[in-house]
Order: sequence, then structure tokens, then C-alpha cells
Amino acid sequence: MGNAVPIAEGLFTWPAAKPALLASRCQNCGIASFPAAQSCMACSGQDVVIEELPGRGTLWTWTVQQFMPKTPYRSNETPETFKPYGVGYLELPNGVRVEGRLTENDPQKLHIGMAMDVVFKTFRTEDNGDEVINFFFQPVA
Amino acid sequence: MDVAIVGIGIHPFGRTPARTGLQQGAYAARLALQDAGIEWRDIEFAFGGSASSGSADALVNELGLTGIPFINVANGCATGGSSLISAFNAIKSGEYDIGMVSGFDKHDRGAFSADPKDLGIGAWYGEVGMMLTTQFFAMKIQKYMHDYNITNDTLVRVSEKAFINGSKNPNAWRREPISAEQIATSMMVNDPLTKFMFCSPSEGGVALVLCRADHATRYTDTPVYLKAATMKSRRFGSFEVFAPSQALVQVDGPTVDAAKAAFEMAGVGPQDMDVMQLQDTEVGAEIMHMAENGFCEHGEQEALIKAGATYIGGTMPVNTDGGCLANGEPIGASGLRQVYENVLQLRGQAGDHQVPGNLQLAYTHVYGAPGISAVTILQK
Repeated sequence: MGNAVPIAEGLFTWPAAKPALLASRCQNCGIASFPAAQSCMACSGQDVVIEELPGRGTLWTWTVQQFMPKTPYRSNETPETFKPYGVGYLELPNGVRVEGRLTENDPQKLHIGMAMDVVFKTFRTEDNGDEVINFFFQPVA
Repeated sequence: MDVAIVGIGIHPFGRTPARTGLQQGAYAARLALQDAGIEWRDIEFAFGGSASSGSADALVNELGLTGIPFINVANGCATGGSSLISAFNAIKSGEYDIGMVSGFDKHDRGAFSADPKDLGIGAWYGEVGMMLTTQFFAMKIQKYMHDYNITNDTLVRVSEKAFINGSKNPNAWRREPISAEQIATSMMVNDPLTKFMFCSPSEGGVALVLCRADHATRYTDTPVYLKAATMKSRRFGSFEVFAPSQALVQVDGPTVDAAKAAFEMAGVGPQDMDVMQLQDTEVGAEIMHMAENGFCEHGEQEALIKAGATYIGGTMPVNTDGGCLANGEPIGASGLRQVYENVLQLRGQAGDHQVPGNLQLAYTHVYGAPGISAVTILQK
């Protein structure tokens, strides 16, 4: 068993008892951006503060990726083991709409406006055994 | 100074194993020169673009080394539109009298793959499988169908029309109609869009000869005037492709902005257009772009398309040459294909895909990553 490492630094708090997505909030206009950026896309302001985004939101739109993408896609799957995956934008109150993978891939079980939680799970395992952690959106049970 | 299009040339779209992308570009350029009745040495400047077939300015190796300024343009799916705007402005400024716009490409099979780094996005975005334009298109139409009650039948109808129009266009790639049932039941790619609802990367080339409007009749009896050429990028809050996040408050996208600017520049309105070519990377795009360009209200597409309004012979013919769906998308050439088609339409030379009547005004629109749009308005 290797280490659990985040897929990218600064996307979410890690390690953490209760991990959360990280956004930058512009101190000039109040707009939040994900991933955190050094300047504000809305007003060009450079005075930004990093904050944790809420862990629950509503699904704004979605699709299911039915074929295995080419590079730069990098999972442990092969064309034989590939499983379609959901992708969607989760609207996080008072924050921003974040695009992410969904834990659900059945179109019948996905609908705009449904409540979802942000969860953190292993996306792939590296050759050295490290588990690469990514964020996912999961229907509220 | 007004600007006229006096020569057009196209290399058939689709797959041409015997010719490189550059050779397809040269083929189109020679036809455009011939159409204008001039030689390559008469061209004073050129703008051109190609995404996968090398630098457009390598065309001089095929056409001749005449010393002209040839500027390469790269703007994703809006490359052709951006080249055209550049040429339009070069002539409008009074700096040049006559020039060429060229676009060609030859892409591998399968969906385009993009590198997040090129767009300033972290590698993680591609690794987890979100660096796909097809997902964006699917998510945008999914939301739109939800908000404006567009049905799946309408998606199918747009695709069906595209292949019917393609079957009438000798330069199209897909020249066989595909039944509604085949479209609806073909492989799901990104819900709600199936395989036959998407365009594919392809090959092809287009070239246009542009000149000062007051010189136009030296070259042709059927000049077509470029009344407007506009290009806009996304503003904060618009929902665009390759966006790891988007603002809670949505604003109009670059298509709306480019359309408004073009109508203002030309001094005409959407109701005045006799034919329009709208970016149809997939069927949802055509539906949404009808409203975003101002040709109908959001949600009206359902009834309009059901009534056949967008067919050749309908009240608002859209993508009369089969669009991207039937022609595929060679990125550098795609936007110029639309202009080529509109020149044919205004000249009355479109053959089996000719819109009936005395056409006066024609409209083109392209949309590309990461949120850009270019529009032209042509007048006879």
C-alpha cells in the first residue's frame, strides 16, 4: 500500500480530516475561482484569498463519457476495462460551479438540480503503489 | 474602403489519402485564383491557418515565392474566420488592394485531443478525462434542453437535415442521407449526443480572393461584398469549453457578442438574412446557435425545426452545404467553407443545394475553443 497523494497540489486540502476544494476569492469584486488562481478573471484584481468551498451543491448540467479518451487521459484502465463515467458541473452555494467527475454513470439516475456531495477517492494507482486522489461528485444518499 | 470577395476555391472535404493538407490548400488556392482570373503573383498579401498540416505560409512553396507578407493565423475552430477578419481589415485600412485567405487541414481519425497546458489548465484536468470538447457540447445542450424544452427528436432532425444537405453537395464528405432511426440509435458518445450527431475531424482546403470593392468588377461579374466580419472572445461568466469552473452568474457568450457586432457593422438584422451557416460541431450547437445569433428566441427551435424551417427551401435555411456534420471539420478550413458556400448561394451557383429565390444577404458563424466566435455577413 503506497501513499495517498493528491492528483494536483492546491486543488483541495490534503491530507485533511475533512478535505475540501480550494478556491481563490477576489478581495476586490468577491468572485470565487476554481482552481485557485493568482488573479481574478472577472476584474483582473490580484488581491485574492484562498478559501474552502462548500462540500455539497446541486448538479447544474451533466453528461456521460461513453468512450475511453485518448491521452492526456491517464487512468489505470485499458479499452477492455474502461467504464463510462459521468462528468458535470456542481453549483456550490456562494462559490462557483465546479466541473468534476461523477461517481454515478447511469443517465437514468442523473438529473439537473439533484443534490451532490464532493467526495475524495482514489482515481488511479501509480507503479510505485501511490494512490492518486481526485475529487468526485456523488449523489446525496 | 469596402471589401469584396472575387474568387473562391475549395478542395473537397473528407478523406483524400493522395494529397497532404498543404496540397489540398494549394489546390483550393489555384481554383480561387482561377475564379478571380488572376495569377498568384497578383496577390499582395495572405492570411492563412492550419492546425495539423504545418504552417499555412508553406503554401508559397507550392504557389511560388513572390515575397508577399503571408501571416499564419491560429485560433482553434475560428481560425478561418480570424484569417478572414485580418484580410478584411488589411484591405479596409487601404494598405492593400487584393489578397488571399487560405485554410486547410488534414486530421487523424477520432476525436480531437487537446493539451490542457496549451490553455493554461493543470495537467490533472486532462488526466481525469475532462479535456474533451464533446463533453462540453453535450453538457451545454443537456442544460439547454432542460431549460427550453428541446426534445431528443429535434436533435435527430438537425442531424437528418445535415446529411440530406450533404448528399446534395459534391464537395461534402458524407454524401448519403442517414435515417432518423440510425441517428437516434447510433452509439451514444456523450449523453444526449450520439455518434451521428457529432461532426468528425476531416480534411479539406478553402481559399478566397478578396479585393477593394471598387476594383471588384475587374475580376468578376458576380462580386459578393463582405459587409461585416467580427470576432469576439468570451467574457467573464459565459459557459465555455475547457472550463474547470464557471461563474454562478451567466452572461451571453462570444457568439451573441460577435453576432450583435456584425449586425451593427452591416446595418442589417437577423430577419434580413436569406441563408445562414452556423457552427454545428454537433446538433446541439446548431440549435443553440440559431438563438444565440438572433435568428429566433430560445426555445422556438423546437417548433421551427419540426416545421422544416431550417431546410433548403425553408424560411431560414441553415447549413445548406451539410455543415460540419456532413463535411467534417478540418479546423483551418472550416470557417472558410461556410463563406465559400455563401458566395455560391449569393451567386446562384450552389446547384442542388441552392436556396431558391433572389438571395441578397448571407450569414456565417463559427465557434471555437476556448470560447471564441467569428461572424461574417455577405451581400450580393
